[in-house]
Amino acid sequence: MGRKNYFKLLSLSIAVAVLPFFIRGDYYLSVLVFMGLNGLIVMGLSLLMGYAGQISLGHAAFYGIGAYCTGVLTTHFGFSIYLSFLAGIILSVLVAIIVGIPALRLKGHYLAVATLGIGEIVFIIFNEWMKYTGGPSGLSNIPGVHLGNFQFNSSFRFYYLVWGINLLALFFSLNLIHSRVGRALRSMHGSETAASAMGVNLSFLKIQVFVLSAVYASVAGSLYAHFVSFISPNNFGLMVSVMFLMMGVIGGIHNIWGALLGASLLTFLPEYLRVFNQYDILVYGAILLAILLFMPEGILEGTPVLIRKLFRQRKT
Amino acid sequence: MDLQSQIVQYLVTGLTLGSIYAMVGLGFTIIYNATGIINLAQGEFVMFGGLIMVFLTATLRIPMFLAFFITLALVTVIGIIYERVFINPLKQTSLITLIIVTVAVSIFFRGIAMFIWGKNPYSLPPFSSGKPIMFAGAAILPQIFWVLGLSLLTVILMNLFFNRTITGKAMSACAGNRLAASLMGINVSKMILLSFALSATLGAIAGASITPIALMEYDRGPLLALKGFCAAVLGGLGLGTGAVVAGFIIGIIESFSAGFISSGFKDAIALIILILVLFIKPSGIFGSEEVGKVKQF
Amino acid sequence: MKKFFLVFLAIVLFLFGLIGPLSAAEPIKIGFVASITGGASFLGEPEKNTALMVQEWINKAGGVNGRPIEIIIEDSKSGASEAVLATKKLIEKDQVVVIIGSSTSGESMAMANICEKAQIPMVSMAAASQIVTPADEYKRIVGSPNAAFEVPKVQRPWIFKTPQTDTLAVEAIYAYMKKKGISKVGIITVSDGFGSSGQAELRRLAKKYGITLVADEVYGPKDSDMSAQLTRIRAAGAYAVINWSVGPVQAIVTKNWKALAMSIPLFQSHGFGSKQYITLAGGAAEGVICPLGRLVVWEQLPKNHPQYAILSKYAQEYEKQFKAEVSTFGGHGYDAIYMVVDAMKKVGTDKTKIRDYLENTIKNWPGTGGIFNMSPADHTGLDHTAFQMITVFNGDWVIAK
Repeated sequence: MGRKNYFKLLSLSIAVAVLPFFIRGDYYLSVLVFMGLNGLIVMGLSLLMGYAGQISLGHAAFYGIGAYCTGVLTTHFGFSIYLSFLAGIILSVLVAIIVGIPALRLKGHYLAVATLGIGEIVFIIFNEWMKYTGGPSGLSNIPGVHLGNFQFNSSFRFYYLVWGINLLALFFSLNLIHSRVGRALRSMHGSETAASAMGVNLSFLKIQVFVLSAVYASVAGSLYAHFVSFISPNNFGLMVSVMFLMMGVIGGIHNIWGALLGASLLTFLPEYLRVFNQYDILVYGAILLAILLFMPEGILEGTPVLIRKLFRQRKT
Repeated sequence: MDLQSQIVQYLVTGLTLGSIYAMVGLGFTIIYNATGIINLAQGEFVMFGGLIMVFLTATLRIPMFLAFFITLALVTVIGIIYERVFINPLKQTSLITLIIVTVAVSIFFRGIAMFIWGKNPYSLPPFSSGKPIMFAGAAILPQIFWVLGLSLLTVILMNLFFNRTITGKAMSACAGNRLAASLMGINVSKMILLSFALSATLGAIAGASITPIALMEYDRGPLLALKGFCAAVLGGLGLGTGAVVAGFIIGIIESFSAGFISSGFKDAIALIILILVLFIKPSGIFGSEEVGKVKQF
Repeated sequence: MKKFFLVFLAIVLFLFGLIGPLSAAEPIKIGFVASITGGASFLGEPEKNTALMVQEWINKAGGVNGRPIEIIIEDSKSGASEAVLATKKLIEKDQVVVIIGSSTSGESMAMANICEKAQIPMVSMAAASQIVTPADEYKRIVGSPNAAFEVPKVQRPWIFKTPQTDTLAVEAIYAYMKKKGISKVGIITVSDGFGSSGQAELRRLAKKYGITLVADEVYGPKDSDMSAQLTRIRAAGAYAVINWSVGPVQAIVTKNWKALAMSIPLFQSHGFGSKQYITLAGGAAEGVICPLGRLVVWEQLPKNHPQYAILSKYAQEYEKQFKAEVSTFGGHGYDAIYMVVDAMKKVGTDKTKIRDYLENTIKNWPGTGGIFNMSPADHTGLDHTAFQMITVFNGDWVIAK
């Protein structure tokens, strides 16, 4: 995966490791936990969008499947944490395969439509299957995560758990991108026809990436459920799916680091905009639009370009 | 209450819902065909249509008939500004980014609407007064005839426009193949602008006509956009009647599933049918296979 | 690569730098979380207004034992995650003494877990009984063969709430129906926290009043038409419809009910407590019956009613200051704030003492929602007398006969 990326990953890991010692309070740590969770999901989406050229309008469904699987299994059936995490992953993989195989065999926008539909159907099931999911009132009292006797019962500990998993996923994703599969994926994004002429099995690759992104989302969902200890269908609706896409695009979809950046930024932005009180939706929309207008490639690639542009203008 | 009058009632409800989905769906296809963009701010045109109509009639006391046309004009201008400011400068950008731009626009529009109208819902008096009409044991509001009539009229006008006028034919050409159209001397940029204007007008008609039945508030847009999008896809994303018929079908399925199966799962049933249709006939019910091959996302 | 770090660093520094250091100031801080924007903004808006107004009143009157109060208002955007973050921010960054909020049941349940853990008193402004009842206790009640006659025996120690529980609202409606001889009922509920909690109570308590539910329908919180569900209820042969929702959809159900020319009465939940809905429904709301707190009919109360003084002051001042009709939702915020301020006046700012005071000493305490009598087995403190059956007549509220 190249020395550059190793160096980046190492630096990020160190930054992640020391950051909690500079931040006081559970609130900021919680924000960082949410950043890590969103980052994990958007990373998967970035692989799907940036490398497989596909768009999913229903990733909140996988997020929700992860959350509800672990929530329902631990509270109603006394499953252990590990088993319920695994169940969430397996169910997500199954759903991803069922949706992905027919949708990805076809060229074009079918995955977007199919995921949109699945996202809504899953949302409705969370709402209606009240016996287990608690319906719209949500499911509460989900137990915390533990590893043997070690309880992840504070935001401080949970922060390390989430970011540890996040960094592992990042490591895996970077390796994937720079492997043979990754090269095939990139060639596919360039030109599907050329890639398939070179003997790349497109739909199989696309399904693999889609399933991987579903797994990332499911793990994030399980972690979310245990962290907040309360879940309700509203956390997993269409607007959440769209927000994940937005994070990816704002950060820069052609770069997995951009995904992480976009997720972090858009998780923090609403918190920061609290000063605007109720008009934050207006400011929020305006900021997003400004970023997209001036840096359509995303912040990661757009900032240097924009700065150079500004300088050049000043000189002339 | 006997079965027949129940069925008539569900049909009426389905047609009312369906005509809204149809108009939103038609708006989607017009922009999609000109640009390839799925405009997720389509629902906000509907919202603006309803709320501007309320502002004109309730606050400025402009007569209903006049206010309706002013509403259409204003929302069309919103559509034009939208295209010029946010879509036109981003010609070089990938489609995914453009779709996300439409999401950002929809958030921004909702912000503006909240700023102007606040968060409360608003109501409008019906276009013509009168008691519900009893037909075969079912009750039908006079406003429903307005909604249905206006949507049918719109569809007919749209069809005439696309098939009989030079501009309309030029737009259809863009839909078929943008590159070829521009080589034939069609001003594609102008066509894109026109598509946003038209689609905004359609949204405004839908918004102004349903507000007397269903009220309107600043954040109603996304759900309407979702249903309209389903209609557009089910209809094959082509110009013409596909999205309209699909819109009515979705409305009717929804209303009958709520009536006979389960009101909780009514949306799920409509969506499952959508997905099944797509997997069996990927070009949608009314899309042609050939056009489907040219389309991308 | 360098650019990546520069961008990353710049953003992190920018965001954290602007937040400012933690500080402990002189005024007593009260955290207030409400759904000011988003789907439940019709609740959060009047609550926020009330908080601003009441803060001014209390501080003008000398604050709490000489110290002013500062109500720090946070918007939960009608979402559980946002409510959780806002609560954590209030507890840690602002170091508030108590938390009031949030407007909806779902958010309140998410917040309750945090407040329990942090051992900080929380007073919710949402209705569902599950907010104050421990999950196990709630399960016991629902699972019991005699569910219709059960009441909770324990409550979550740190959690209180001011709105009348949906249990009481359901009992008020059912008692009224029993009096009128209505036995077959169709219910229609919205699929959100408020609606599903109401649906559960409607199902559970029907037996106690000899009522049969012949239809049980739901709809989405942003749906535009519920005619199909109402038609189904009519076809099932119900003698009355009960709708359970808050917000604009209530007005749509009312309009649909009228448009279908249904000859059976429409009952609404206590969520109908804002005159705005009567206006929105046009003429359709005439004859709708609902259980409401006395706030909306304060002018029709006798002057010596224990709630009269509070209600008349609150309603008149609110309407004067915000040029909007007073609603029972804002009243829930009023009760919550005054309850904790009363506690702080007596026992200071110790969290445990405030909790004990709320649980044991709030007795015969008149608020906008009713006369409160808290106890370890009841953290709502209201009984059926909190409700008045009210009907809409000539576009106004009238006490139903």
